[in-house]
Amino acid sequence: MATEPDPQTDTTADGSESGAGEVEARVGLRYTLKQVKRDTTALMGIYTVGFVTLIAVLAAIDYYLLDYAVAEMFWYSPVQDPDEVQRLLPPVGMENQFGAGVIEHPMGTDHRGRDIFVRLFYGTRIAITVGFMATGIGLVGGTLIGAVSGYYGGWIDDVLQRITETVYAIPFLVLVIAFMTAFGRDLTFAMIGVGITSIPVFNRLIRSRVVSIREEDYIEAARAAGVKDRNIILRHIIPNSFAPVLVQATLQIGVSILIVAGLSFLGFGAQPPTPSWGQMLSASRNYMLPAPTFSLWPGMAILVTVIGFNILGDGLQDALDPRINN
Amino acid sequence: MSEPLLSVDNLKTQFFTEDGTVRAVDGISFDVYEGEIVGLVGESGAGKSVATSSLLRLVDSPGEIVGGEITFKGETLFGLEEGSDGELRPRDEMLSEAEMREQIRGREIAIIFQDPMESLNPVFTVGGQLREFIEINRDLSAEEAKEEAIEMLREVGIPAPKSRYDEYPHQFSGGMRQRVLIAMALACQPDLIIADEPTTALDVTVEGQILEMVTDLQEKYDTSFIWVTHDMSVVAEICDRVNVMYLGEIIEHSEVDNLFYDTKHPYTQALLDSMPRPDETVHELNPIKGVMPEAINPPSGCRFHSRCPDAREVCREVHPEARNLAADGEPKHSAACVKYDAFEVGYDESRPIETEATGGFSAGLTETEGEE
Repeated sequence: MATEPDPQTDTTADGSESGAGEVEARVGLRYTLKQVKRDTTALMGIYTVGFVTLIAVLAAIDYYLLDYAVAEMFWYSPVQDPDEVQRLLPPVGMENQFGAGVIEHPMGTDHRGRDIFVRLFYGTRIAITVGFMATGIGLVGGTLIGAVSGYYGGWIDDVLQRITETVYAIPFLVLVIAFMTAFGRDLTFAMIGVGITSIPVFNRLIRSRVVSIREEDYIEAARAAGVKDRNIILRHIIPNSFAPVLVQATLQIGVSILIVAGLSFLGFGAQPPTPSWGQMLSASRNYMLPAPTFSLWPGMAILVTVIGFNILGDGLQDALDPRINN
Repeated sequence: MSEPLLSVDNLKTQFFTEDGTVRAVDGISFDVYEGEIVGLVGESGAGKSVATSSLLRLVDSPGEIVGGEITFKGETLFGLEEGSDGELRPRDEMLSEAEMREQIRGREIAIIFQDPMESLNPVFTVGGQLREFIEINRDLSAEEAKEEAIEMLREVGIPAPKSRYDEYPHQFSGGMRQRVLIAMALACQPDLIIADEPTTALDVTVEGQILEMVTDLQEKYDTSFIWVTHDMSVVAEICDRVNVMYLGEIIEHSEVDNLFYDTKHPYTQALLDSMPRPDETVHELNPIKGVMPEAINPPSGCRFHSRCPDAREVCREVHPEARNLAADGEPKHSAACVKYDAFEVGYDESRPIETEATGGFSAGLTETEGEE
């Protein structure tokens, strides 16, 4: 189950070897998962995210290690135009002006005769990669900046927060498009761009926590014991302020997927013939009337994935919030 | 006596707030010798905790140490000199921030904090934190540090230290956590431990155990302590010498027995009188009247005069510095009160004034309940 590269695992993982009679600890990964499991909606989120991530991993293995060999062996290449072109076929069991759906193309074919199912399958890899990478950049950058800013305060805080607010003030889509225009229109820069625009979100979130945590006695105790500031921030402050950030990160993955899909739709991001959901959606918009299912599939894929991350994030929030007692 | 281990001279720490300058510590001086426990006593707000964090230069903005000198084993922890431009600047031999961190904090001077519930990081195991501190301050490898940590847990009386090592702070009781904090302080083998009201948050039975343990460990390791507290009974129990603080100043200093049997300063007397005793019922309790004034705008003259039962007009005008009142050959016993002949400011001729303590005002009395 890949919810998020989870730095809390090794820090708060509950040492529950403490005997059966022990009162259950209300911290730790195990407890959090247990809380999430009680919540049906959140559980659906976990399953959705898990499923989508699994597909993405399979697709990534096939793409990076085997260069679509598996796909071509069993199915069709997601990028090559097929030899016998059958354009804009509907899903199996339906008919449109181009013909009837066939079992070889269960979701139909696109405007170049490529199988939509296999493109959707491989598009998952891009969506998930983008979601995790962009959020990862925002998470790491935002957490570090926010923690430093909140811990030191004073002019360091002022400078960092004013920069953050400047970034926040510019509409993020404009910022990302400008960024990509400057550096290059490909997926890597889309990820980096979206990641940078999400730094302020994490930065402000963690700063607000750090400002209160730095006043805790155990931080003072660490300072009095001669622990370096760097270690205090990394080992003592960040793990203690991480719960809301984890929730935000989960939500942010969905948002990043949506943004990059939007960018691909606009022609930034993934370039043809890369199978990305946004780009499929973009190609399908010219064929809405003759072949409506063409645009339906990538739209559905985006919808399900984003909702999956969102409800997982909500579930995590409830699970991590000690005030909500269920 | 030999050279003191720690010597504090005229230390001043102030907080620069929007409402004005808070003189939290206003020129205190005291020494700590090897192997002794020195008490620092006073009400809440007297500046005890600020004084102790000043010793390690851990005062946060807007607070700042503005004057005085702290010497520890010949090293200057803090010291100012007048630069060529007339501005005060740190002296050259004063340790840098990095040197403080690497050589002094934890390694030479450790602090035990007041609230054991809050002084352990909730997301790490107790053992992990103990090990981290030992690793930093004793240059041991991770495995050696772990062994040492378990050994220290055993030393402070944690049962089954090996299995407790991997538990989280929330799985420990208050008294056990305090033991862990003491273990943390001792484990780094410092020469001086500052104990900042370490037993205040504990109930008396646990307090008794902890005090006993500290006394034993202190004898074993020969560590000096600065014991900050507002509890006179703790002072009587463990301290060798006592400094009484009021509003940022040390107003009385003496050997522990003399403080109790030959109390000089009216404030110390009031503190002693205000202690609940099992042989007195509650309505006979005799609290110190009024609340401590704000350190932002301390009363003129003697700072205690507004609450002092012995206040006279001269107290409002003359600000007494502590003077040694002990007879020749006796151990030093200083107090800052003009009613003693040594001050020669005409206390006896001065007219008594009405204060909260003498019953003239009721102001402040109603607030005492909310104040801690």
